[in-house]
Amino acid sequence: MNALTLENLDISYGDTQVVHGVNLSIAEGESFALVGESGSGKSTILRAIAGLAPDWEGEITVMGEKRSHRVERSVSRQVQMVFQDPYGSLHPRKTIDAALSEPLAIHGIANRGERVEAMLTAVGLDRRFRFRYPHQLSGGQRQRVAIARALMLEPKVMLLDEPTSALDVSVQAEILNLLKRLRREQGLTFLLVTHNLPIVSFLCDRLAVMRHGRIVEIADVAQLKAGQLVEPYSRELLAATEGT
Amino acid sequence: MRVGSSAVGDLIVPSPLRGEGQGEGFFTTGNRRCLLMTTRAWLLADSPTSRWQASAGRTYRVFTQLLRNPLSVLGGVIILVLLLTAALAPWIAPYSATGQDLANRLMPPSAAHWMGTDELGRDIFSRVIWGSQITLTIVLLVALISAPLGLIIGAVAGYFGGWVDKILMGITDIFLSLPKLILALAFVAALGPGINNAVIAIAITSWPAYARIARAETLTIRNAEYIQAVQLAGGGPIRLIVRHILPLCTSSMIIRVTLDMAGVILTAAGLGFIGLGAQPPLPEWGAMISRGRTFILDQWWVATMPGFAIIIVSLGFCFLGDGLRDVLDPKSEGKS
Amino acid sequence: MTPLLAVEDLRVSFPTHSGRVEVVKGISFTLGRERLGIVGESGSGKSMTGRSILKLIRKPGLVTADRMEFDGIDLTALSEHQMRAIRGARISMVMQDPKFSLNPVMTVGEQIAEALLTHQKLARKDVHQRVIAMLEAVRINDPERVAKLYPHEVSGGMGQRVMIAMMLIPEPELLIADEPTSALDVSVQAQVLDIIDELVRNKGMGLILISHDLALVSRYCDRILVMNAGTIVEECAAGELANAQHPYTRGLLAAMPTIDEAREELPVLDRTQWAGT
Repeated sequence: MNALTLENLDISYGDTQVVHGVNLSIAEGESFALVGESGSGKSTILRAIAGLAPDWEGEITVMGEKRSHRVERSVSRQVQMVFQDPYGSLHPRKTIDAALSEPLAIHGIANRGERVEAMLTAVGLDRRFRFRYPHQLSGGQRQRVAIARALMLEPKVMLLDEPTSALDVSVQAEILNLLKRLRREQGLTFLLVTHNLPIVSFLCDRLAVMRHGRIVEIADVAQLKAGQLVEPYSRELLAATEGT
Repeated sequence: MRVGSSAVGDLIVPSPLRGEGQGEGFFTTGNRRCLLMTTRAWLLADSPTSRWQASAGRTYRVFTQLLRNPLSVLGGVIILVLLLTAALAPWIAPYSATGQDLANRLMPPSAAHWMGTDELGRDIFSRVIWGSQITLTIVLLVALISAPLGLIIGAVAGYFGGWVDKILMGITDIFLSLPKLILALAFVAALGPGINNAVIAIAITSWPAYARIARAETLTIRNAEYIQAVQLAGGGPIRLIVRHILPLCTSSMIIRVTLDMAGVILTAAGLGFIGLGAQPPLPEWGAMISRGRTFILDQWWVATMPGFAIIIVSLGFCFLGDGLRDVLDPKSEGKS
Repeated sequence: MTPLLAVEDLRVSFPTHSGRVEVVKGISFTLGRERLGIVGESGSGKSMTGRSILKLIRKPGLVTADRMEFDGIDLTALSEHQMRAIRGARISMVMQDPKFSLNPVMTVGEQIAEALLTHQKLARKDVHQRVIAMLEAVRINDPERVAKLYPHEVSGGMGQRVMIAMMLIPEPELLIADEPTSALDVSVQAQVLDIIDELVRNKGMGLILISHDLALVSRYCDRILVMNAGTIVEECAAGELANAQHPYTRGLLAAMPTIDEAREELPVLDRTQWAGT
């Protein structure tokens, strides 16, 4: 079964259409990357799947169920999202414990304390962090908390919006390792948005290159590693990455 | 500031180096000091072990920062004195607030009557002390009615946007466009004079400002990623507004309410002065000034003493509000 | 030949509730008319180093140095007034995000002209010519039109080119670029850096390029300083970066995924090793 299918997806913000007729299907357990420059519409697709960009037409199917245009409780146990900015994605007045317990409280799940501690361990955070406030954490630690929060409801699909672009190289490596391990352990499906091709090589199985709201090319990561992308724009991106 | 801290901050491996090490030196000097320092260390712990400790630590940090600003300490002391005076009025006041002594009319300040007496021979000092109860009641009731009202209306308008926002803010703007005192006057005139009606009138005129603040704050928070994360977890609008948005609005609201308290006292006094607030013989400060106005040239103390009380308490709220703003301002959060 | 810039035992510290914390802990380096890269992660003190050369560290931050000489001038002894004559005219700085560095109510042309006029007296006609020439130099295709635009009307990449034009028009001898491209898309990054590179070479200026990106710095610089926790842990020629000796540098290099990544797991820095230094 496909974890995620997009059919003829058009997304608009107000009067401007930012995504044009995107078709995509991602198998369960697959790790798929959307690659492109800012303004290419790649993040917008994630937001539409999550329900945060309600102005779309076409069809979005998650784990066999058609998505409505809103955020829904039942969907929240299937799909979760990790945001780009670890400094903006945690409530400044809530402890880590409160942030992680919140999804459980919403869904009436018991044993919150134990689950929070288990999840902290799973994302490699010491128990000492449980009652800290976000401003007492570094960027990498915050991103671990954000990942933990997304995993609290045991979703099948994780939407990752540039999860490491705000982090230092060495912290990025830790987070990438963590994501890879969690995916392996929990059989997650990833849809990763990034502009960084080496990250795709490390973390993903397939990728789609986007430009101006359209998919230019869908390729295997093996093709990316071998430098065998076909479309001129994809090759341009690849060249820019290798150049620096 | 991230500089410096993050070099060590990313330690994922548990390290005994951080935080805990600082406390050690304190335990060598005397038992009493040791106990004090452990409480302090407990409050300032880098890694609290319970929800309660985390919030106690936060409160403690806010409190110590507040103590660093002399003006806010002064404000706090004034408000504390006001609270004590109101609570202990029966024991502090040397005379009754309403007992007349026509033989001693309009006596200047003396050892027997520290602030003199008024035109009915009542001791002004006692009346000022009893008056603090009335002032405090008005201030508290206004704050309790108008702040939550404004907070909820503003947050709802800001969160939902669209026509909800248009209607709620339209109403708010109508109230805002009328001068406060005049609007309060109109309400009291319609409801009839008296303290309760004065409180209602002042509350009705002061919530729109809070609604505006809460809405502006909500608009900046609404699209934050931590709010979206709760939405994605399935949280509904009530949970989002009450548990996630309102806590972030409260600090600016506390600041604003504290600063506005001075205005509320003045409005209440103004209503009392015109005769639409507290009715005689209640020792309301504004009403007292109004009575004293007749004698202001010959017996200055009758109007001046309650005037001082109003000014000091208003200043107290202003100082405290200013201090709170420096400490609670969300923009400076995390720097300390 | 005396170096363009000589820094000895530079220290920058900030007060915190647990005492003063040094973010730059006594670093020394010299710079000729060359391109020097300073690399490090956030909190390494690299930006503070760049700012302290221009004395842009505000109170309560404290900067001390045994020696900080620019072209024979002792920067530590200069007053704020004298510093202003050097900033922009002889040492310029390009910051990370053009959005926050450009004045939103002035046109691009006016701002570049102002940068020039602050330090030189010129006729209006000459100023206009210089501005247009400068915009051309940063490869803006239609300089006459762009000069009349406001900052919000230009894209991120163009905004950063405008910033560079502004910083280079007084023809400074030293350019400090602090993460000049990290707010830009990959393809635009290369363009902007190429422009900086070309101008710096042609005019024989000194360049300090501050960045977190090892690959980028090694491509655009002659010499590299690697900073960690306020100290310089490694200094090497750009071409020699692959043979870096210090474990921190090697760790950083290894932690970056590559385009033909085959590793199952990325090596992670063991931070405990440097936490104390």
